[in-house]
Amino acid sequence: MSDNTSNSGLPDEKDISRAMPSAESLAQSPKAVIECFQEIPCNPCVEACPRGAIKITEGINQKPSIDHSLCNGCSLCVYQCPGLAIFVVGIDRDNPSKGFISIPYEFLPVPEKGEIVDILDREGVKIEEGTILKVNDSKATDRTRVVTVQVSSGLLSRARFIEMKRRTK
Amino acid sequence: MKRQTDIAVIGGGPAGLSAAVEASSFGLKIEVFDDNFTPGGQLIKQTHKFFGSKKHLCGYRGMDISKILLQNCASAGVTINTEACVTGIYGNILAVLYPERFEEVESKAFVVATGASENCINFVNNDLPGIYGAGAIQTLMNVFGVVPAKKVLMIGSGNIGLIVSYQLLQAGVKVAAVIEALPNVGGYLVHSAKLRRMGVPIYTRRTITKAEGDGNTGVNSAVTSQIDPNFNVIEGTEIQFDVDCICLAVGLTPLSDVLELAGCRMKYIPELGGKVALHDEYMKTTRDNVFLCGDVSGIEEAVTASLEGKLAGLSAALYLSHEYREKIEKSRLQILEELRIFRDGPFGEKARKGNEKLVREYKYER
Amino acid sequence: MRIEEHPVLTFKRYKKIVFYFEGSPVEAFEGETIAAALIAGGTATFRVTDKHQRPRGLFCSVGKCASCLMVVDGKPNVMTCVTPVREGMRVEKQKGKGDLT
Ligand SMILES: Cc1cc2nc3c(=O)[nH]c(=O)nc-3n(C[C@H](O)[C@H](O)[C@H](O)COP(=O)(O)OP(=O)(O)OC[C@H]3O[C@@H](n4cnc5c(N)ncnc54)[C@H](O)[C@@H]3O)c2cc1C
Ligand code: SF4
Ligand code: SF4
Ligand code: FES
Repeated sequence: MSDNTSNSGLPDEKDISRAMPSAESLAQSPKAVIECFQEIPCNPCVEACPRGAIKITEGINQKPSIDHSLCNGCSLCVYQCPGLAIFVVGIDRDNPSKGFISIPYEFLPVPEKGEIVDILDREGVKIEEGTILKVNDSKATDRTRVVTVQVSSGLLSRARFIEMKRRTK
Repeated sequence: MKRQTDIAVIGGGPAGLSAAVEASSFGLKIEVFDDNFTPGGQLIKQTHKFFGSKKHLCGYRGMDISKILLQNCASAGVTINTEACVTGIYGNILAVLYPERFEEVESKAFVVATGASENCINFVNNDLPGIYGAGAIQTLMNVFGVVPAKKVLMIGSGNIGLIVSYQLLQAGVKVAAVIEALPNVGGYLVHSAKLRRMGVPIYTRRTITKAEGDGNTGVNSAVTSQIDPNFNVIEGTEIQFDVDCICLAVGLTPLSDVLELAGCRMKYIPELGGKVALHDEYMKTTRDNVFLCGDVSGIEEAVTASLEGKLAGLSAALYLSHEYREKIEKSRLQILEELRIFRDGPFGEKARKGNEKLVREYKYER
Repeated sequence: MRIEEHPVLTFKRYKKIVFYFEGSPVEAFEGETIAAALIAGGTATFRVTDKHQRPRGLFCSVGKCASCLMVVDGKPNVMTCVTPVREGMRVEKQKGKGDLT
């Protein structure tokens, strides 16, 4: 029996791959990835989506499901999910080797457009560097800012957090 | 003559405040007594957005939910007494201790919503300065804006341990690791995933055995070991963490003293976190004019605390006046259904089972 | 340490005041508890127990555990986690049960 540190508290690989949008749907528009794999009493994502792409059909404990054909990647659900479990991924049409991910971010300093940051995987390990493309810090986000950062397309299913090179004092 | 009220609510968290607002719509005089400087209970320390559905104010941060509840109380004409510690209910008299005085208030009915207290665990030097309950760290950090440490070891991976770890990171404090004695993380996966992607490891099947430090500066390290399925320490598996703070998030126990003193029949229900007053599904205890709601009736969370609060408020109102019987009974059934839907998942199972036991026992006692 | 910047919270800090811990001046803000002000200033040990001379600091912060008892303006057994700090207050570590001096 050993310490179960490697996977404790992490989502299951199978669940993750099922949550990722297909290459075909990503070619149409950016898409939301919902990494909410437990039955918990929660459902604001359903109301957050103006296109009706997210569904929890029975009660509020069911896991959310998403219809990627309805999702246009607007990212309204990203800051409304209290579990910070929704990301948006997309591919750069002009340069398909590059893509981007939008993540919910509740830390300081708030990144700025053009800034270079470290990109981390689900275990907080740096996998590459990327440029911040956009930061949504509007009132609607209620301090859960949505940060969009450039990522290699091949890493879209792994990149899940950023670390600023600039630190708070 | 003593001050008089129709319903005295003890505890001003989500449960108590919801009970007060609900009961106030029947022309009754309601007073809330809370021992804190600021009412709101656990909510005032919660900086994260809450789960639930829109109807239950989810998506708002806990501290903002408490503001909404307090506004509702204000517009409903509910009086809130702060720094008012209730030391007992004696017949129809509520004994209240303020910082500089003592008061007795006469009330026709009581709603007890005192919440819960934090558990402690045994390890060597567990009384060293620098070892805090999770609630203490939250109060320091999120109410007073003070951080007690540079680097923390979190004991317990339930939602509280996970959330407080995340809040520490937000306040600029490092979290060395989260330690969990059970084989699996106790809290929601979405909370643990947030920590993991920031590089915080979670060790399962491991416990803290010893804190080290001195009397001046407090803790400077924590020793942990793996444990076997019988919770015995496995030799040679030690990991030492250099931390200046150890945070205990190892569970809560209902704060039932007031109910016990009031003569309500009690029962130990492990699923609910400890000794709980027997009650029917409408939150009435074995004393006809004493009701309860929230964590004191079993450890759960804010949404169920509020819903139980509404039930208790309605039941207390019904006890005092039959004028609105039909309306009240209808509302109560609606709330019961909401509670049922909310508790319908795997995380609601404990509460479901515990409550069934209590209600069964209550009926038997009657 | 006091948090100056926070991604979610803003802290209202009221009037700055000075109190004395073991004779030395400590800065605090009105509205803070004695315990919060001491911890902000880096003090971990609040008292020493009677029987085994064990150091104790803040633990529950809600007035439930008695870990934070100190001598305040000569009065022993004051629960510093629920007592607001005031200008000029004299706060001392409590040694043992705390005799009235
Ligand atoms: C870190 C953390 C994170 C959480 N996250 C969530 C979440 O995301 N979603 C969620 O739904 N829930 C969450 N919860 C749980 C939720 O906060 C509690 O379940 C809820 O606050 C319980 O409400 P309550 O009114 O029963 O008790 P409390 O909120 O504890 O309120 C009880 C009040 O009564 C007062 N009191 C006690 N005894 C007396 C007395 N004798 N006299 C006078 N006053 C007294 C207390 O001081 C307190 O103010 C979290 C809790 C914690 C600690
Ligand atoms: S990204 Fe926009 S369209 Fe897609 S699921 Fe979220 S809210 Fe709906
Ligand atoms: S809002 Fe987020 S945490 Fe809640 S059910 Fe939807 S995806 Fe899961
Ligand atoms: S720290 Fe527990 S009573 Fe003050």
